[in-house]
Amino acid sequence: MKRFPRPTIVAAVAGAAAIALLASGCAPASEPSGSDGGKIKLTVATFNEFGYEGLFEQYMEENPDITVVSKKAATSNEARDNLTTRLAAGSGLSDVEGIEVDWLPELLQYSDQFVDLTNDEVEGRWLDWKAEAATDADGNLIAYGTDSGPEGVCYRSDLFAAAGLPTDRAEVATMLGDSWEDYYAAGETFTAAGTNVPWFDSAGATWQGVINQFDNAYEENDGTVIATENPDVEAAYNSVLDASETLSAGLQQWSDDWTASFQNDGFATMLCPGWMLGIIEGNADGITGWDIADTFPGGGGNWGGSYLTVPTQSEHPEEAQALAAWLTAPEQQLSAFASKGNFPSQVDALESPELLDSTKEFFNNAPTGQILANRAAAVDVTPFKGVNYFPINDAMQQALTRVEDGSMTREKSWEQWVTDVNALG
Amino acid sequence: MTAATEVDARAIRRIAFNHRLSHWDVKLSPYLYISPFFIVFALIGLFPLAYTAWVSLHDWNLIGGQGDFVGLENFQTVLAQPYFWISLRNTFSIFLLSAVPQVVAAIAIAAVLDFNLRGKTFWRMGVLLPYVVAPVAVALIFNDLFGDRYGIINQLLNTVGIESIRWHVDIIPSHFAIASMVNFRWTGYNALIFLAAMQAVPRDYYEAAIIDGAGRWRTFWSLTVPLMRPTIIFVIITSTIGGLQIFDEPRMFDQAGQGGASRQWQTLTLYIYELGWTQRNFGRASAVSWLLFLIIILIAALNFYISRRISSTSDKAIRVRPIKARGIS
Repeated sequence: MKRFPRPTIVAAVAGAAAIALLASGCAPASEPSGSDGGKIKLTVATFNEFGYEGLFEQYMEENPDITVVSKKAATSNEARDNLTTRLAAGSGLSDVEGIEVDWLPELLQYSDQFVDLTNDEVEGRWLDWKAEAATDADGNLIAYGTDSGPEGVCYRSDLFAAAGLPTDRAEVATMLGDSWEDYYAAGETFTAAGTNVPWFDSAGATWQGVINQFDNAYEENDGTVIATENPDVEAAYNSVLDASETLSAGLQQWSDDWTASFQNDGFATMLCPGWMLGIIEGNADGITGWDIADTFPGGGGNWGGSYLTVPTQSEHPEEAQALAAWLTAPEQQLSAFASKGNFPSQVDALESPELLDSTKEFFNNAPTGQILANRAAAVDVTPFKGVNYFPINDAMQQALTRVEDGSMTREKSWEQWVTDVNALG
Repeated sequence: MTAATEVDARAIRRIAFNHRLSHWDVKLSPYLYISPFFIVFALIGLFPLAYTAWVSLHDWNLIGGQGDFVGLENFQTVLAQPYFWISLRNTFSIFLLSAVPQVVAAIAIAAVLDFNLRGKTFWRMGVLLPYVVAPVAVALIFNDLFGDRYGIINQLLNTVGIESIRWHVDIIPSHFAIASMVNFRWTGYNALIFLAAMQAVPRDYYEAAIIDGAGRWRTFWSLTVPLMRPTIIFVIITSTIGGLQIFDEPRMFDQAGQGGASRQWQTLTLYIYELGWTQRNFGRASAVSWLLFLIIILIAALNFYISRRISSTSDKAIRVRPIKARGIS
């Protein structure tokens, strides 16, 4: 005799199944890095082009018990969003995470989330400022430097010729001079020739060169925000906009129009860190005439550059640290330079003939290795970048864009920026 | 004797227990059957909703986590921010520019598909195709069309002597461009839902209408549309909820993804993202999320009310017609 009417059993089973379904839904969908048949699996998350593809193969050959899996984000912003979301969630990060210098300070305040990578073997491997930027208040090194971004000036020699300007890169360097006034004056000469081509891409791009030459543009060393009261910032804002009135193409960097403009004679010069060379080459495919001059307005300048970190979430922090150390060793970074043009930040790599003798065919066979090494040597300011650097600078970029596209006057846009900065608090 | 009574008592108890079980079964089983939905909803709907409310009352950093209790300060702050009101304006403007043409076009397309077309399945699948394309891919394609300087649309306009439209600078053109992406994606989808509703209309009604001398237009307005009333309400409400939460298209509309330098096309969801992820202020982001939730409820209720009114007047039209017809005959 049946004790229970059938429907109840069915209901009980259905309910149990539903709960089981829920329980399984809560379990992590994909298995995180872990051991796989005795092999240790390490995931490496990077963005844009780190130039590591061949290196991973090499590492796996040399270390048969390690499998390296590469995860690549398209942009630095995407990588930042991914990193912060997973840091907040407390799981899901890769064993090695690539990060960019501009948002490194935001992470330094959570340095306990990252493995202290201090190690005698890597002591003195990097330029001082590169390692200092990744060291927290307690002296822990939380990231290994990969590349840096010493800037030269890239220019279109064919457009220069059309405007009756010199085209040889040494003569161009002399003409461009080493101050912002000289650079803008050269632009006036160029536009006066009537080629109808703007001098540089946008006020925002030029701003990156200017702002990276101040020790404390937006924040004091203790993190106090001074951005809106700093007379240097206001003066720079006005001078960049003054120049942009006649010289800028008004093409915001990374926009679709900016990318397309490389095929349409959009502008004649741009500020050019090492990693930008590969981007110009990609966007300006089929265009001849790009070259790079060994000079930079206002002295030297560094724009961007990246690091590798090991989050404490990693299940194999020691192996991950070894991999990060190997990838950021001078030999490996030289190989990344050869493939993608990322300029190394390692002292030994900077003196290597492999770097100094390298040339780039696309840039009229310019000795890019030597030029960028000179530009790196000319960098004499390490701008302080605190937790608010990224959002303040981002708001400034938008302020410049508003003036350039005519949607606000210079004064109104500045006021809006001040409001934006105050709203960050 | 005692043994026999004991057995009897046991049997009685068993029967009583079985009765009680089947009573429970009748009373409780239905709830058990529908419980999976509510358990899932409580877990991924209700709990986040309540937790967001909790977060919105605190200083809360994305990575640093919970800070001090601040009461309604986050709400006060965001309501005082001009960007909140700009986002609200943009959200409604993009919503209206997308939802209204979308519903109208979807009904028109459905009406056309309802005819006896050759290759029916082909046309029906055709209108659904844009829905299958990922929104990000749609955005990438449309960005080529809507480039300010080198976009295809502006180049075409230039060839016929019209000045370029500044899609990424001026407010209305940017909303129009984003709305066109949304419409591209959703019109076909809604058209299929309408088509299903149209085909559920009994064909006898049409025959009767034709006998009564109603033309195509008259049948459509006085018969098809009123009978599709529940479906129209459904589509309007779902597209309201979706439209007010629009994110992918404006986010992908330029390289920065913040809705433009003066927030020309920043929607409320983009604003939430900016507060939460760019500024890492989860407290304020949660406050805006709750405000958005309240706005959606308000609009959905309003929608429901208006749609009900419209459809009930249409009801009258149906009821009135036969009387008229009788009068004529």
